[in-house]
Amino acid sequence: MQVLMALLLATLALAVPAAAETIYVSNEQDNTVAVVDGATMTLLATIDTGRRPRGLALSTDNKMLFVAEGDDNRIGVVDIAEGRVVGELPSGADPEFFVVHPDGKRLFVANENDNLVSVVDIAAVKVIGTVDVGVEPEGMAASADGRYVACTSETTSMVHLIDASTLKLVDNLLVDTRPRAASFSPDGKQLWVSSEIRGTVTVFDTASRAQTGKIEFEVPGIRREGVQAVGMAMSRDGATAYVALGPANRIAEVDVKTLTVRRLYLVGQRPWHVALSADQKRLVSANGNSGDISFIDLENQEVVKSLPVGRGPWGVVIGP
Amino acid sequence: MNTSHAVRALNGILRREMLRTLRQRGRLLSAMVRPLVWLAIFAAGFRSVLGLSMTPPYQTYVLYEVYVVPGLAAMMLLFHAMASSLAMVYDREMGSMRLLLTAPLPRWYVLAARLLASVIVGLPLVYLFLFVARFWDVRPPVFGYVAVFPALVLTGLMLGAFGLLVSSVSTQMENFAGVMNFVIFPVFFASTALYPLWRLAEAGPVLATIAAWNPFSSAVELIRFALYVRFDPVAALVVLVCLVAFFLAAVIGYDPGRGLWSRRGGEG
Repeated sequence: MQVLMALLLATLALAVPAAAETIYVSNEQDNTVAVVDGATMTLLATIDTGRRPRGLALSTDNKMLFVAEGDDNRIGVVDIAEGRVVGELPSGADPEFFVVHPDGKRLFVANENDNLVSVVDIAAVKVIGTVDVGVEPEGMAASADGRYVACTSETTSMVHLIDASTLKLVDNLLVDTRPRAASFSPDGKQLWVSSEIRGTVTVFDTASRAQTGKIEFEVPGIRREGVQAVGMAMSRDGATAYVALGPANRIAEVDVKTLTVRRLYLVGQRPWHVALSADQKRLVSANGNSGDISFIDLENQEVVKSLPVGRGPWGVVIGP
Repeated sequence: MNTSHAVRALNGILRREMLRTLRQRGRLLSAMVRPLVWLAIFAAGFRSVLGLSMTPPYQTYVLYEVYVVPGLAAMMLLFHAMASSLAMVYDREMGSMRLLLTAPLPRWYVLAARLLASVIVGLPLVYLFLFVARFWDVRPPVFGYVAVFPALVLTGLMLGAFGLLVSSVSTQMENFAGVMNFVIFPVFFASTALYPLWRLAEAGPVLATIAAWNPFSSAVELIRFALYVRFDPVAALVVLVCLVAFFLAAVIGYDPGRGLWSRRGGEG
């Protein structure tokens, strides 16, 4: 019996990842941010935010969490140590999603109703510039070298490439219907754009702006319209990408080199966004309709747990 | 009864069961093919149906294949128990059972040995099925395969005792076949083997209540929890109590002086 217990404990010890990290999830309908302990996979706290929190990002020093509070037309600033909203940043109207520029000083915010990207100076707490983009801007991404910021516009079905220093549009590229998220590869050479309605991801060469590939997704037993590509994350080595497939309740693991889907993970209902842990061994998806987040163990290629966090989980980031 | 005698008897009964089972190639094959047909064809049609709810012991959303495997393992034990009790009726008709029961050992011991032998013979196939199920991405934790062992033994004994009871009240092979159809299908379908309780409750509260009280459901849940290294104490208790009750009833049933057997004037 003692041997059995020892074996059991050993198994449990193996199953718990050693990484001490914290997961932040925005609950769009609860007006909260859920704080989840990565090691125990349990809910630690919920932080009250402004109305309709969606986009989330950590400051480059990991001390602050920025939350796009769409219905309050501002970005809430959460002090991680204090666990509460300590300030706000202007953002322009209806911020849905934004990206922290690698310089750590600026936010690029998509203003859904104004067809604008607003540039916010964090230290000065003010909007220092705007860029006109297509209708209903949504997805935002910045290249690691800080040179480019990409913005997708849902209704125009374009991705707009912005020069981050001059705040001028460099190019506008047509993509599939209703583009959602944009993501640069870690080396900045590729730009990935997901299309919600067509359920595809279009890949561009950043330098030449030529389309170099397209990924289609198929989930056995689910109608084509039910497979929609939304949030994305790419591993630091640039070899693997993860794409949330919305109403298909799946996360696709994509081989970046061959642009083929390696496998599908079954998660909760309607995953919007995904985030990779710092050690790249775990992926977390925010599942909008089932009100939970799913933890995927990427080493063993299995979904280990789904944890209820609130109503309408939308954005997710992982911090230390 | 002295110990060496008891062990020898158990050994003999076990070897006889083993030889008989190994010789029945067709039965072995069908025992293996049956759950695989369920898994590969039946479950395929329900693939995404269950991806919408979490029921313990699962910590996340599972495909139907994952859900149905513990139920199919229990189904294998159910069919095995029924086939084994059919063999009991055959033995009785052929007279070898009378020979066995006249051994200078307590009747309950002979029946228990027979029951245990039947379960031991049936288990390897269940394990084979669980390993083959990995090809359908049903991959419980490695320790789960160890933890499920006592659950499978307990379930096998409970169902085997039930089979003994059924065989003690049926006098002929012909009506036994009928009993099997009346037993296996309701027991299997009105349980949590194929659908979780919440889904049965959607279909109707009566069905859900029957399934909740069906001891086979407890057996299925015991196996399901054990496979994911969890212990379901209520299910374990239900299975244990049913095992004792069925076995006692079977021992009484096989008593020529008291059982239904003699009352109905059946031949031994």
